[in-house]
Amino acid sequence: MSADTRALLEIENLTVRLADPAADDAPKPLLEGISLSLAPGEALGLVGESGSGKSMTIRAATRLLPPRASVEGAIRFEGTDVTRMSGPALRAYRDTGVGMVFQDPRAHINPTRRIGAFLTEALVRNRGVGRREATARAAAVLGEVGIDDPARRLRQYPHELSGGMLQRVMIASVLLAEPRLILADEPTTALDVTIQSEVVGILDRLRRDRGIGMVFITHDLDLALAVCGRVAVMYAGRIVELRDAKDLHERAAHPYTLGLLGSRPSIDVRSARLTAIPGRPRGAFESGPGCAFADRCAHAQDVCRTTPPEPVRFRDGDVRCHLLDQIHSVPTAAREGGAA
Amino acid sequence: MRIHILGRIARARASLGPAGTVAAVFLLLVLLMAVLAPLVAPQDPNLQSLLDAYSGPSGAHLLGTDGLGRDIASRLVYGSRTSLLGPTLVVAVALGVGVPLALLAAWYGGWVNAVVARVFDLVYALPGLLLAVLAVALFGPGLMPAVVALSIAYIPFLARIVLAAARQQRVSPYVDALAVQGFGVVRITVRHILRNIGPVVLGQAAIAFGYALLDLASLSYLGLAVQAPTADWGVMVSDSNALLQGYWLPVLAPGVLIVCCVLSLTVLGARISGERPQPYLRTRRRARTTARTQPAAVDQNGAAA
Repeated sequence: MSADTRALLEIENLTVRLADPAADDAPKPLLEGISLSLAPGEALGLVGESGSGKSMTIRAATRLLPPRASVEGAIRFEGTDVTRMSGPALRAYRDTGVGMVFQDPRAHINPTRRIGAFLTEALVRNRGVGRREATARAAAVLGEVGIDDPARRLRQYPHELSGGMLQRVMIASVLLAEPRLILADEPTTALDVTIQSEVVGILDRLRRDRGIGMVFITHDLDLALAVCGRVAVMYAGRIVELRDAKDLHERAAHPYTLGLLGSRPSIDVRSARLTAIPGRPRGAFESGPGCAFADRCAHAQDVCRTTPPEPVRFRDGDVRCHLLDQIHSVPTAAREGGAA
Repeated sequence: MRIHILGRIARARASLGPAGTVAAVFLLLVLLMAVLAPLVAPQDPNLQSLLDAYSGPSGAHLLGTDGLGRDIASRLVYGSRTSLLGPTLVVAVALGVGVPLALLAAWYGGWVNAVVARVFDLVYALPGLLLAVLAVALFGPGLMPAVVALSIAYIPFLARIVLAAARQQRVSPYVDALAVQGFGVVRITVRHILRNIGPVVLGQAAIAFGYALLDLASLSYLGLAVQAPTADWGVMVSDSNALLQGYWLPVLAPGVLIVCCVLSLTVLGARISGERPQPYLRTRRRARTTARTQPAAVDQNGAAA
């Protein structure tokens, strides 16, 4: 793979390991061989169970990893390797290049400072915008994300706002910085469903209007399919399947993706219990030498437990599985034959 | 505007509680007395009148006179100046050196933290009074050697607490969020972390001030800090002649003032760091239990109401 100069964010073969100071054994892997790229104005979904490495991936992209973590591979933002940025370059990248919407806004906003201070601080300190001007802009953006009476909100403290409102404040702070890339870490998980759709709508509109690239992390496969152009399904620190969102329903190939799709409730099929993938989610560090999903996979064979699968091109997506040809046997393969 | 100020006072009273309010008012009065000493004091504190020696309380001398016929009330008033100046310097220097070191150690962690924390522990092992006695032995008696020695001894007393509180803040999610906004170390530490641990620092500083006041009074009592003709509470307590002659007021009055000041500072310090709303503790609790407790938002709103 060569560096794509048009890519906004390009992650190439990223492996992150964390040393455990208590144990003497080798550093435990958190992410293994993550590769993805994102064009300006594109939305990429990262989907997976807890501990599959979604957050770790975007934390690596902003250099927010714990100090004991070791990083291999490249994370390029507009062609510059983030992992090698020096102090001032890193600050500039974080200031104007990337913006992050955190999952729990209440924990990620300093509780002792007013909303106005939170929103304007970056403008005033990093961009040299006047305080009055910055406040006016903050009020305008608060209106944009659907908060009533922005002037009053700016004077309030975080604890005076509800979770949904605070999440919008966090999105507003990212918008004020006008980054070229937004990393949204489960921005709607703490919100109820109506607010969730509003917040998603806001993010989506801004991505379209301003051509901002967005990485959208969620547990919710349907939400990812609705918001993103492409979806990466993660399992145990690896991307097991990466394909266009519009294809995922029909053409998903990895057994894990199929399991996820199969375990959603449906309004067409009435059933007492939802179908579930057997077993429990694995972390990257728990996986053996082979495919991390082998223990829970109905199709698993010997090769799955001994050799880690490399990503292969299948049905216009990248899939990490040894058994694609067997699982998706003749009828499907024949139908897809021309495309592959 | 008037109402605004009254509201602030009411809020401060509510957060300090009755004991804290009494302590704060008392300390404010002492401070006012020190600043306005020439206006408050009935007489020149060093004016001797041997004919009036050891006179009891009267209209001319509210608290009577000491062995040299000096007005005790006036000496108490002027004595508050030296008695408060010393601890102020000690706390200022200890904070000025200790807080930046603690913040630095908390931010960088790792070996920086280990080195700074061990140095604090080392200095913490030195008894302040002995260090002061050593300083006096080297540089001669006086307020300054004592103040410098006590400042060094007080650094860990303040900085260890600041370090612990700052380390908690350092791992708070909001610090990560600020870093991703492109803020540098100095900005995040000074404007956010230090601000959030402010109550702890202030409270501990108030308590340290009380201890320093006591230590300096002890040193003055021993004749090692403030020297005799100068009015100082510690020096006044050391007037053992009065006691031998059966006059307790010249010794008791400054003693009572010292005790009241230290007590007030301790109460106030505890109130400042413990009784006021503590968002920094709340953040930490949240960060740990966010996954488990959903209705935390309700809790916060309830606490705010």
